Amino acid sequence: MTKQIALVTGASRGIGKAIAERLAEDGFFVVGTATSDNGADSISAYLTENGKGIKLDVADPESIAEVVKAVNDDFGTPAVLVNNAGITRDNLLMRMKDEEWNDIITTNLTSVFRMSKAVLRGMIKARAGRIINISSVVGATGNAGQANYAAAKAGMIGFAKSIAKEVGSRNITVNTVAPGFIATDMTKALGEDFKNALLASIPLSRLGDVREIAHTVSFLASEGAAYITGETIHVNGGLFMP
Amino acid sequence: MSNVEERVKKIVAEQLGVKEDIATDASFVDDLGADSLDTVELVMALEEEFECEIPDDEAEKITTVQQAIDYVEKNA
Repeated sequence: MTKQIALVTGASRGIGKAIAERLAEDGFFVVGTATSDNGADSISAYLTENGKGIKLDVADPESIAEVVKAVNDDFGTPAVLVNNAGITRDNLLMRMKDEEWNDIITTNLTSVFRMSKAVLRGMIKARAGRIINISSVVGATGNAGQANYAAAKAGMIGFAKSIAKEVGSRNITVNTVAPGFIATDMTKALGEDFKNALLASIPLSRLGDVREIAHTVSFLASEGAAYITGETIHVNGGLFMP
Repeated sequence: MSNVEERVKKIVAEQLGVKEDIATDASFVDDLGADSLDTVELVMALEEEFECEIPDDEAEKITTVQQAIDYVEKNA
C-alpha cells in the first residue's frame, strides 16, 4: 500500500466527516475515529476502500495509545493528523461546574496533546508530517457561556505554535483551522434568536458549510502548504478578522 | 570494545551525523552538537535498536555515550 495515512479524530459526523471524505478524495488512506462502535462502522461505510473507522475515546490516554499503535501496525505511520474531535458543555461561568470545565479541557485540549505526542514519534522518524488542529473562532473572540470551550480552543492555537517551533526542523508542520459558525449538529443546538443575531454579524450572511472547512484542511495537508506552519487560518465568513 | 558500546556508538554516529571516532565520555549536546530534539530522537533509536522502552524520566538522564551504554547494559 503506497497511500499516505491520514488520521482524523471525531470523523463520524459534522466537520470531521467532511474532512475525512475530502482527504480520502485527495488520495489519503483515512483512519477516522468515533467514540462508539456504531460511529466507527459508519465511518468505514462512507470511506469504503479509502479508509477505516476505528473506536477511540480521546479523553482516555490508554485508548489513544492503543489506537495509535493499531494504526501504525495495521496501516503505517500517519503522515497527517487532524485533531478534530470536540464537545461543548456550555454554561455561564458563575454556574459552570468543575466537571463541565474538566470535560471540555480533557476532550478538546488534552486530547490534542496526547494524540500529537503519540503520532510525532513516527513523523520525526519519517522527517515529514502535518498536524492540523480544528479550533474555533470562539478561541479567538471568546463567547459568553463558553469559557471552557473558548479556553480549550485558544489553547490549541498556542499548542500548535509551540509544537511548530519544536519540530519544524524535522519537516513537520503544525497548523490550526478556526471555523466560524458552520452548519452542523453542534450549531443546530443554538437558539433561533442567537442564530439571527449571528447571521447579521457575518459579512457573508450565512453559516459555513462543512466542506469549506474540509477544503482548508485539505490545503494544509497538501504539498503546496509545505511552508506554512504555526499558522491559524480563520474560515468564518468574515465574522472575525484578526 | 563491548558489543553494546559498539552498537550505541553506531547509533549515535548515525543520529547525530558524527563522522569522527566517538569518545565514550562524550556529551551529546556539549561535545557532539546535538539539540534537545536530537537527544529525543537518539533515545527513540536506542529503544528500537535494543528493543526496550526507556521511560521519559530515565531518558532525560541519558546525556552522554557512557550513560546510554550503562542504561542499555542494565536494562535491555
